[in-house]
Amino acid sequence: MTAAGKPASFQALIMRLNQYWGDQGCAILQPHDEQVGAGTLHPATVLRALGPKPWNAAYVQPSRRPGDGRYGENPNRLQHYYQYQVILKPNPANMQDLYLGSLRAIGLDLKLHDIRFVEDDWENPTVGAWGLGWEVWCDGMEVSQYTYFQQVGGLDVAPVAGEMTYGLERLAMYVFGVDNVYDLPFNDPDSPLGAVSYGEVFLENERQHSEANFHGYTVETLKRHFEDMEREVPLMLARNYQNKALVLPAYDMVLKASHLFNLMNARGAIAVAERASYIGRIRDLCKLCAQAWVDQQEEAA
Amino acid sequence: MPQLLLELFSEEIPARMQGNAARDLERVARDGLSKAGLISEGLKAFAGPRRLTLVVEGLPVAQPDTAEEMKGPRVGSPDQALDGFLRKTGLTREALVERDGLYFGVVKKTGRPTAEIIAELVEQIVRGFAWPKSMTWGHGKLRWVRPLQRILCVFDREVVPLEIDGLVAGDLSEGHRFMAETRVFRARDFDEYHEALAGHFVVLDVEERKARILEGAKTLCFARGLELVEDEGLLEEVAGLAEWPTPILGDMDPAFLDLPPEVIRTSMRTHQKYFAVRKPGQPGLAPHFLVVANIEAPDGGKAIAAGNAKVLSARLSDARFFWDEDRKAGNFDRWLEKLNGVTFHAKLGTMAERVERIAALAREIAPLVGADPDKAALAARLCKADLASEMVGEFPELQGIMGGYYARASGSSPIGGGGPSEALGRRMVEGVTPAAGHPGDPLSQPASGRLTAPPGGEHLDAEIADAIRDHYRPQGPGDAVPIAPLSVAVALADKLDTLVGFFAIDEKPTGSKDPFALRRAALGFVRIVLEGGFRLPMLSVAERPVEAVWAHTATEKTFQAYDPAIQALHDAELDLDATSLTEAVAENLPSLSDPASDAERRAIRSGLFAFLADRLKVLLRDQGKRHDLVDAVFALGDDDLVRIVARVDALSGFLATEDGTNLLQGYKRAVNILKAEEKKGALPTGAPSRAAAPAEEGALFDALTAAGPKLDAALAAEDFTGAMTALAALRGPVDAFFEKVLVNSDVAAERDNRLRLLQLVRDAMGRVADFSLVTG
Repeated sequence: MTAAGKPASFQALIMRLNQYWGDQGCAILQPHDEQVGAGTLHPATVLRALGPKPWNAAYVQPSRRPGDGRYGENPNRLQHYYQYQVILKPNPANMQDLYLGSLRAIGLDLKLHDIRFVEDDWENPTVGAWGLGWEVWCDGMEVSQYTYFQQVGGLDVAPVAGEMTYGLERLAMYVFGVDNVYDLPFNDPDSPLGAVSYGEVFLENERQHSEANFHGYTVETLKRHFEDMEREVPLMLARNYQNKALVLPAYDMVLKASHLFNLMNARGAIAVAERASYIGRIRDLCKLCAQAWVDQQEEAA
Repeated sequence: MPQLLLELFSEEIPARMQGNAARDLERVARDGLSKAGLISEGLKAFAGPRRLTLVVEGLPVAQPDTAEEMKGPRVGSPDQALDGFLRKTGLTREALVERDGLYFGVVKKTGRPTAEIIAELVEQIVRGFAWPKSMTWGHGKLRWVRPLQRILCVFDREVVPLEIDGLVAGDLSEGHRFMAETRVFRARDFDEYHEALAGHFVVLDVEERKARILEGAKTLCFARGLELVEDEGLLEEVAGLAEWPTPILGDMDPAFLDLPPEVIRTSMRTHQKYFAVRKPGQPGLAPHFLVVANIEAPDGGKAIAAGNAKVLSARLSDARFFWDEDRKAGNFDRWLEKLNGVTFHAKLGTMAERVERIAALAREIAPLVGADPDKAALAARLCKADLASEMVGEFPELQGIMGGYYARASGSSPIGGGGPSEALGRRMVEGVTPAAGHPGDPLSQPASGRLTAPPGGEHLDAEIADAIRDHYRPQGPGDAVPIAPLSVAVALADKLDTLVGFFAIDEKPTGSKDPFALRRAALGFVRIVLEGGFRLPMLSVAERPVEAVWAHTATEKTFQAYDPAIQALHDAELDLDATSLTEAVAENLPSLSDPASDAERRAIRSGLFAFLADRLKVLLRDQGKRHDLVDAVFALGDDDLVRIVARVDALSGFLATEDGTNLLQGYKRAVNILKAEEKKGALPTGAPSRAAAPAEEGALFDALTAAGPKLDAALAAEDFTGAMTALAALRGPVDAFFEKVLVNSDVAAERDNRLRLLQLVRDAMGRVADFSLVTG
């Protein structure tokens, strides 16, 4: 173990990461208040990756994958979980070293554990984004996704932004040697106010949302909301406030559309043949926002 | 002689790209140096997880000096011409010589220093390197597979001055990320470099890394009474993932051993890049795994083994979930239903339609290979079902294997039905009715349900399970062919449908491109037929499947032609008069009885047979059979692969005898004479008569008369050795004939009779092979 030692809890692990990346100079943000499928979708990544301005930030993002719900019965799968996201633009030359430093910061001894960078080229078709990079393995387990963004919203990312995404629950399960996510110590087990497990915080959440995701939502309503968002995005972008299109509100609506699509998908309401077309529709909306954002950035620069 | 050492040090290079990268580096360096006139004594490239290295031994310090004689203007030309020449060559008037009325001058060029050339070449190589995928990073424009961090470039122990997009070459490199005490080291030549790398825990050569892994793994296994399940592809991959590869033997929860060994092994290999382990001489796997780590940990790898074991358990739990889900009752029917929604190829319909074709074909082939037709059709209808299973969704390489397991697991529960397959097969052949369906238009009938089973279908037995399991075989030249008749029927049907389908839509392989692996399908087909000795008249076996696919594609085309009309009706929001449209479409559908379409299908079949024949030729040539003999037999137009090979064998045996070679000479002589005489006028027709004299002419007539029935009998019995023996009897008489008899007699009747005899010799031999194609 390094001097840092192991954090005492799930929340302590998050605080270590915040401390580490904050020390490196990142802005430590809070989650975006929209339902998103991954930390990448936070405007602090998708939009800020674009344009010429430097941008360095780190944050936790609750992520929702409605189709992954298992009613709290699967020890590894959740429909709501946390990603830790770091975005460095332009990517510093020593980004891999910085990343490895973050593993040390959460108490991993890199002389004792086998860390590997295994080819994995990331892409997210709903936001027209792709990049080259790796899955980072620790003793055979994927603990992070590490990507050099090449395109977002169908636009070239220049300068290149580096993204590191940690699946927090999985990483924590590894660090704490826990086999069931619900057994993770959420706070310090020796806390004077009493120990709280991950399950105590989230088990009921998983049960109720799993049922809602698979059976609860009304498909027609989801569809209508999706179409509403689809209609509203261009309208919002067409608005003009202080000589600027309203990109940020428009992008929030893209996120809503994306989540609605995920819900419809979990409800089994999307035929295989329709899938690609829905994804294309979201991507088109996202591209509109990306382009408008880049235009604003370049005007400002 | 001076040495060049180049290292391109980057972030982790994908394992699958390393081998080609080393080969490419070697090639472009060799080409570039030799283009610059720099010939080396040896050149070698290495690739590893973080570096590409090139060492070139024995380069000259500079390009050789050159002297080139240049032709100038004619002596006595105007001054301008001469001045121009002097300017161009940089020579003086005194340096020119006169010869044949022309000026000549020798232009000398001093060779440039090698280091300069190297600097340019390295920049060219880096900027133009052909990575399958490359990227930019930071503010830069340079592309590399991942960020390029350092360039080490030394020639003759000196740093070659060079800079690429701000990256300045030097004599520094880096060792292992975690194990090296000091990160950076200096190297001025390959020996220093190699030694420093080893001291910094990096094995440079992939072959050395592989050997280290294999040796270490085997030692670990041996110590525990185990045996490594070797896997060359995996070894190659893990050797590209570790600079200091360190095998570690880990323990797997033995409870997972109830999963099929293929599943465990595939999960280990695909997800975790572990080798599987077994007990020598025992079936199945042992509850251990072998992982290749990148570090030698101070605890001997205990933590690494424990961590990996945990991940493996999670992976195998997923596999167990798939395994349990997939074995639930009623899955086969559900999967078959799903295949209706899976496109096999845009022009060849859905997977369900393909399955129908394979089933019809398997039914037809079954009697020819000793299998029960109903059972063959049933096995064929189930053979692709596992493509819709969870496990095959996760591990596509387990297709077939899982189907076999699941069929066996379903045991006596009724799955599928033998009943409708005949009707299905017929419908495909008659795919000219609108009911065959055009997915996505308002006229089509629902396609679903055609493959689902009626209640009370047949029960699956082990034979059917084996056929499902083995129908993809042989998967490569090293893979065994299926032997069981039912497996053979389905395997042949599967391959034939693939071949027929892609030939019918004109997607044949060209050059090195064979995206649908048709060569493998054809070779597999040929191998199964030959190794089993199955008698399939190829041209007629291919008839019905070609009709089926042709009907499908022709129907699709017709429907497409009607799409605009249907769309127009839609757009106008008129009520669709489905009946009249259906009739209109039906009238215009292609017909199997149309002679033009018949010719089209004939062409497909003969193209397909020629393709199979080519595979057979390759196969026979690989077995050391003479190419010309194969051609000689093929020329007969036989479409029975087994018979073709029997003839080739008999022919090659015959031509190895003295009788054979002599008779071949006689044959050639006869054919040459006939060819020459044919130029003068038509050859005489009709049967020869027995000439009283000369005796040799009569003897040849007698020999031919005697050989005729023997040849008939032998050929009828497919006794090709017997046929050759019958031909061998002609050798003496033919030799004697040519020795004593002058074919071109002045007497016309004599000449005609002798020409008739020679034609008889040619034709008799031609029944066994086309000897004109035999060389030597």
